[in-house]
Amino acid sequence: MSLALTHLSLSHFRSHRWAEIAVDARPVAIYGPNGAGKTNLIEAVSLFSPGRGLRRASAADMARRPQSLGWKITGDLTGPEGPQEISFVSEDGAARSITINDKSANQIALGRIARTVWLIPAMDRLWIEGAEGRRRFLDRLTLSFFPDHAQASLDYEKAMRERNRLLKDSVRDPHWYHALEKQMAHSGALLTANRQETLDRLKAAQADAETAFPAADLDLVQSEGSLPPAENDLREALAESRFRDMGAGRTLVGPHRTDLYGVFATKGVPAAECSTGEQKALLISLILSNARALAQDFGASPILLLDEVAAHLDATRRAALYGEIVALGAQAWMTGTGSELFAELGGQAQYLEVTEEAGESRVHIRD
Amino acid sequence: MIRNSSPIDRLIDLMARLPGLGPRSARRAVLHLIRKRAHLLTPLAEAMTEVAQTARECLNCGNVGTSDICPICTDEARANGLLCVVEEVADLWAMERSGTFKGRYHVLGGTLSALDNVGPEDLRIPQLLRRIGAENVTEVILALNATIDGQTTAHYIADQLEPQGIALSSLAQGVPIGGELDYLDDGTITAALNARKRL
Repeated sequence: MSLALTHLSLSHFRSHRWAEIAVDARPVAIYGPNGAGKTNLIEAVSLFSPGRGLRRASAADMARRPQSLGWKITGDLTGPEGPQEISFVSEDGAARSITINDKSANQIALGRIARTVWLIPAMDRLWIEGAEGRRRFLDRLTLSFFPDHAQASLDYEKAMRERNRLLKDSVRDPHWYHALEKQMAHSGALLTANRQETLDRLKAAQADAETAFPAADLDLVQSEGSLPPAENDLREALAESRFRDMGAGRTLVGPHRTDLYGVFATKGVPAAECSTGEQKALLISLILSNARALAQDFGASPILLLDEVAAHLDATRRAALYGEIVALGAQAWMTGTGSELFAELGGQAQYLEVTEEAGESRVHIRD
Repeated sequence: MIRNSSPIDRLIDLMARLPGLGPRSARRAVLHLIRKRAHLLTPLAEAMTEVAQTARECLNCGNVGTSDICPICTDEARANGLLCVVEEVADLWAMERSGTFKGRYHVLGGTLSALDNVGPEDLRIPQLLRRIGAENVTEVILALNATIDGQTTAHYIADQLEPQGIALSSLAQGVPIGGELDYLDDGTITAALNARKRL
């Protein structure tokens, strides 16, 4: 059984005043001119996983303007956990509230039933920009394997923010630092273990795959120094780093400084030095590996969101990508400016055309 | 409904500020009190006046009572060497409702939070450290919430008390009485499994 969103309705979400879409588990190809509201549609789907969605926007920014009434998204999800009715509501700019099968739920519960990974044009420069984007990408993949990764991440961030405040205020109470470092070490060691396990699973999935996309050699590296993986060692490293951290006014050691280092395996060239097309191909390769590994572990591929995926891919690579998505049985929501970009999919996909009329997006189901 | 009396409006407004009450439930409560004037409203008003005049914080443990030192602290039978540390007075009262704990308490008045500017000196931690020696405490039970701030505070206190050789413990975490495993979240089940005990 594949994980798929079979019904989606949007109310006052971004450019969509109202949209109702019924699809099946096949890939969904969305096309239309720039600014029509295609990405808004897949942003709505991205909210079916923990976090702030693919644009990392606030709930207030997702409201349709100028009304800003708040917004609502509902969807029916099918997958290994059975059918689930999920809805999100945001009123007066407040963070979205989640309801699963008519019961109020939190993001962790959402992460257990819905797994979603995405590739958006902003990630085209992922390998050459700062570590934060790569870390976020890795954590999104990790979250799809380990839903509790989100809680560990929140716990770590909270304890680190507290510690950073002590550092900034030059507080010298060693007991207070020790108490916070204990918490950071506990959740930090879990973060590192989850990330490492994710890389191992991706590597295994790459090794077993017959794919047109290049394999990446992946490693966790630190932007500075090394990261002790064991909880006790991390606690000691944090304690040792206190004096230096106080000078910097922030924590310099820990999994919040982990970076994802990738190498184009067959060429032995670091991803950052590859061509734009190769960099994109590496990212697609990782997304597909993630889907393969999840299909094995979780029993279903995640929902894939591929915004403007055809950019930088020639017709051969496009056909290969579509072929692999279909073979995986993944419900991939893909956008492009024209239907011809999805010609290779033929009847293996369903098509939505998005147009813009009088400042309002309209979704039309096409054959 | 016609409301033309300003003292009633004022009472409704004040009631609506109470935790768990909103304007509608406050209106219903006030109407109920007015209907039960002799049996409820007048005794309630008298009790509230008395509490307003006499309620104070126990100078020793931080409990709320009507004397400088609360009955728990003055009860010699409870000086058994056990001291239970809680965040708020409501936690102390919750523990007392169980009737199980026969030692004394210490109310911190919150948890450490650098981001909220709450440090050890803002809590009753120095008083706690003084009490350990003065009251011959042999075991400190840290009954703090299982939140980041609660656990940071627990680690902070434990860190200070460890060199003194005092037994330290925390409340068990796991399956609630009457709880069904199927309804528990993964974290609680993991905690319960880690804290399993031999039958």
